[in-house]
Amino acid sequence: MADDGFISLDGVEKVFEVRRRAGLLRRERHEVRAVDGISFRVARGEMVGYIGPNGAGKSTTIKMLTGILTPSGGRLRVAGIDPSRERTRLAQRIGVVFGQRTTLWWDLPLRDSYRLMHRMYRIPDRRYRENLERCVELLDLGKLLEVPVRQLSLGQRMRGDIAAALLHDPEVLYLDEPTIGLDVISKVKVRQFLKELNAERGTTVLLTTHDLTDIEQLCGRVMVIDHGRLMYDGSLAGLHEVGESERMLVVDLESELPPIRLESADGGDQPALRAVKVEGPRQWLAFPAAASAAPLVARIAADYPLVDLSVREPDIEAVIARMYESTP
Amino acid sequence: MAESVAVRADGEEHEPVGFAFEDRPRPLEGVRAYGLIMAMWVRSTMAYRASFAMTLFGNLAVTAFDFVTILLMFTHVDALGGYALPEIALLYGLSSTAFGVCDLLLGSMDRVGGRVRDGTFDTLLVRPVPVLAQVAADRFALRRLGRITQGLLVLGYAIVTLDIAWTPLKMLMLPMTVLSGAAIFGAVFIAGAAFQFVAQDASEVQNSFTYGGTTLLQYPPTIFAKDLVRGVTFVVPLAFASWLPALYVLGREYPVDLPQWVAFLPPLVAAGACALAGLAWRAGLRSYRSTGS
Repeated sequence: MADDGFISLDGVEKVFEVRRRAGLLRRERHEVRAVDGISFRVARGEMVGYIGPNGAGKSTTIKMLTGILTPSGGRLRVAGIDPSRERTRLAQRIGVVFGQRTTLWWDLPLRDSYRLMHRMYRIPDRRYRENLERCVELLDLGKLLEVPVRQLSLGQRMRGDIAAALLHDPEVLYLDEPTIGLDVISKVKVRQFLKELNAERGTTVLLTTHDLTDIEQLCGRVMVIDHGRLMYDGSLAGLHEVGESERMLVVDLESELPPIRLESADGGDQPALRAVKVEGPRQWLAFPAAASAAPLVARIAADYPLVDLSVREPDIEAVIARMYESTP
Repeated sequence: MAESVAVRADGEEHEPVGFAFEDRPRPLEGVRAYGLIMAMWVRSTMAYRASFAMTLFGNLAVTAFDFVTILLMFTHVDALGGYALPEIALLYGLSSTAFGVCDLLLGSMDRVGGRVRDGTFDTLLVRPVPVLAQVAADRFALRRLGRITQGLLVLGYAIVTLDIAWTPLKMLMLPMTVLSGAAIFGAVFIAGAAFQFVAQDASEVQNSFTYGGTTLLQYPPTIFAKDLVRGVTFVVPLAFASWLPALYVLGREYPVDLPQWVAFLPPLVAAGACALAGLAWRAGLRSYRSTGS
């Protein structure tokens, strides 16, 4: 099995049986295919974003990869281990951060939670000290180590949780919504840290997120899942092409003007952008996500009295929705 | 930063393969993990010392009152179901101590259902230690020492006041009964927790066997209906946690017709009950991992 990826899934399925009340006493059984035949490979050291709408099967996949859930079908290996059969052995080699559930000890100083990890994972003393030092420095935890976890802010706690998941040098790190609810500065710190972790240690990272910026800044590869199926697997730029997604240029002009029109730069029939909405001097202009905004802005500035502008990224839900419509 | 690079540069390559993991016997790993988690809970408790002192006192007071009601009863009657106060005290002390030990060690296992419901159970499954140990040590509470203290005091009172000829065998029966009893109650706790994978708010069913069971055992079997006594002898073997061995010590007849050697069976019954509970736990965990709740 030398050609197997570090993480490999072949036609993995997860079927839940749900009983629904149908009438007074009768109950109907029906199957919910949360994950419906997913196959992919992730090489060691890759950083992959795993995205999709709520209920698409993201968490179910992560739970199967960590051995929490047993697949109903297909073959799944992480570092050559079948997660559901050797869950405890695998646990020694993976790190998991559940964005919304802390594994830190509420009433105790942060340091105590790390000591527990030290002993529970039997991390050699020297390795533990090095890793802790490193995490403390890069995640800026120095002043927080002696603070009871209940007094930490959400962002501080998330950083604390990420450190806790890394003290035993896991080869794979799963992050479930690592930036959810964090302020901008915490988000930046977390992303920066993950980037360095991946670059220096070669840790394989798989993260689910709703925040497209996470993917943009971290992941060379993105996988989109919807209705339990893999809809897309490739680069983020490619995703925008596939999803025909558009970015939005919001411009404020000096005065109220008719919608801005720009002819296509290469002389085609398609205009370079189209006005979606006009509200007084403010206009919303959509253009293909793959196109560069700079020349458009330059041309608008040359022809119109431009006061202010901003560019809005396409939201991932819309991209996926459109992609889903286009594949029957 | 410079420091950690320096350490790294002196030749110790980062090896990606999981270190320090060897196949260790799971029971030992479980006990070790239990100890680690228990220590964390004790430290957490000690973060609120005053609150701890008050709950410990409260716990002791509540359990103490429980026996006081029996003492009050005996100010009006001389015997209950044909048993005098010191005899009742023996039953009470044995069952209360056994239950107290179990309650201290496994008392919060009924939180499994809650953890399954709020999703925090998953965080236990990604740790490299047995889940049962993690669940058993969950919310370890030192205040539960209160019940053990009370049980031992009542037991001491019984030993001092009982008018029986103590033989070495009869004396040995006491610790054996307490330990086996704790294990039998423990099996009920574990089986109850396993059942919560199927029905997540079944903790009350479990409580009726555990808390209900210990109250039952504090009174002589003669005051209960025979079917109930048969039930706790043959179905849920709580009778082995106090009645059968205690009645041998007291030299009394068991209401259900059984040979006398049955009084020496508690350790075997406890081992059997724990084995069954272990199987139930595994089945419960397996069903969780295939349904995900």
